[in-house]
Amino acid sequence: MTTAPLSGTTTGTGRTKAKRTRPRDRLTLGAGCVVGLFVLLAVLGPLLAPHDPNAVDPMNVYAGPSATHLLGTDDTGRDLLSRLIAGTRASLAAPAVVVAVSTVLGTLLALTAAWSGGWVDRLVSGALDIVFGFPGLILAVLVAAVFGAGLTAPIVALSIAYLPLITRVVRSAALRERNLPYVSALQLLGAPTARIWTRHLLPNLLPLVLVQATIGFGYALLDVAAISFLGLGSRPPDPEWGLMVSNGAPSILSGQPQQSLYAGLAILIVVVAFNLLGTGLSRRLLGDNA
Amino acid sequence: MLEVRSLRKEFGDFVAVDDVTFSLPEQGSLAIVGESGSGKTTTARMIAGLETPSGGTVAVAGAERGPGRPRPRARRARGRRIQMVFQDPYSSLDRHQRVGDAVAEAVALHQDLPAAGRRARVAELLDLVGLDERQARSLPKALSGGQRQRVAIARALAAQPRVLILDEAIAALDVSIQAQILALLARIRADTGTALLFITHDLGAVRHISDDVLVMRAGRVVEHGPVGSVLDAPEDPYTRRLIDSIPKPGWKPRRRGEKAA
Repeated sequence: MTTAPLSGTTTGTGRTKAKRTRPRDRLTLGAGCVVGLFVLLAVLGPLLAPHDPNAVDPMNVYAGPSATHLLGTDDTGRDLLSRLIAGTRASLAAPAVVVAVSTVLGTLLALTAAWSGGWVDRLVSGALDIVFGFPGLILAVLVAAVFGAGLTAPIVALSIAYLPLITRVVRSAALRERNLPYVSALQLLGAPTARIWTRHLLPNLLPLVLVQATIGFGYALLDVAAISFLGLGSRPPDPEWGLMVSNGAPSILSGQPQQSLYAGLAILIVVVAFNLLGTGLSRRLLGDNA
Repeated sequence: MLEVRSLRKEFGDFVAVDDVTFSLPEQGSLAIVGESGSGKTTTARMIAGLETPSGGTVAVAGAERGPGRPRPRARRARGRRIQMVFQDPYSSLDRHQRVGDAVAEAVALHQDLPAAGRRARVAELLDLVGLDERQARSLPKALSGGQRQRVAIARALAAQPRVLILDEAIAALDVSIQAQILALLARIRADTGTALLFITHDLGAVRHISDDVLVMRAGRVVEHGPVGSVLDAPEDPYTRRLIDSIPKPGWKPRRRGEKAA
């Protein structure tokens, strides 16, 4: 047997030419892996956490990194690594809901506006311009302040605030798509509108929707964390990351920044990973035709 | 077969089409010619039902087009009477749909056939336009402009229309492909009795493709008659200018102001 192995261990320069990817693609792949890892943590979080994330241990306050507590403990002796892992779900779920709601509603709204044209389009675009003029975070803080703390109100507010972001982009693409002759041909053939939407327009717009949702996720996570940081979102003792940053803030001055630092780093990594993944996907999926 | 009476279209204050009247008999063929902006495409879109006329009527096979936006069922019934092939072969097919599936979709909308019957009908239609099984499995991007235009023609024929509108449908193709497609259309016209309505700015090709010609300028009909008499003895000065602008053998480009030799 003299054939080279198709796969297996590759030495430093052992990559085949076909396998070599451009640095930007590698960056996207890396970002995708980081996102995948955090999604896995969000799903399996409680199973993977080495300790109970809410177990207080007064004898072990502000412990440094050790074999039992890899990242040390916080001001009440809770294991930081366990809290970070257990908090992944709470920290990712809220922005996921925001992005899911605003993406689904926004795409439908965009298609309706682009398809109908005329006054429907003007109404949708005008309403979105008004919402767009409102800073989403301030809207969410206002709503939370009125309806009391808890994540439901901010999620609803952010879902509305994120609508224009997706709707505007998808609407202009849908408008372009809707005016292509193949849509006229389908109409002439008598294809029902629902069929043209689900079989042709939506699949053709899906890459764009996916890219927008990915980029939107990073922003939504930051906004949700900010609301929790302000004490208007998740309630203690939830290990939500924004809340952890705010909980740890008083200890920074006494030289114990770990809690805020690690939670802040987790937010930073996930937001950057989603943004890189989004721009990478945009290049891959929308590069030649939008 | 096709009766167009006093058709008119206004976009705001701008009158794009004004008082266009003509008829097209079964198995007939008519070319509407005119420069860009003369209103010929708007006329075609109104006839097809893609634009609502501001005035006038269009009757295809005796059925007049009702006002407002037609429902899919009415459109399907209409589709059996009239279909259209569009100018740009690159965007007249869904880029993510295999071309065989595009034709199959059109067949399914118009004929209630079992799966095997539908496949046979798709193969028959693709064969009619000179495409094979392998091309049926390709995405539009794998086909040339001429092949895509054939797919668009096959898709339009799936509805078994009585009138087929070709809106600059061959202008974007190279000359040898144009000749093939024109031959194909002539065969379809002879075999199925489908009337053809060509929309074109190319007066040179008109003689080969149609019996009658209608010249439009600024939304109005300036001349209408059999191809031979209009091209050989144009009455309107605009038609004469259009005919003079066709490059002839021995034609040389000439700067403005330079005297003809």
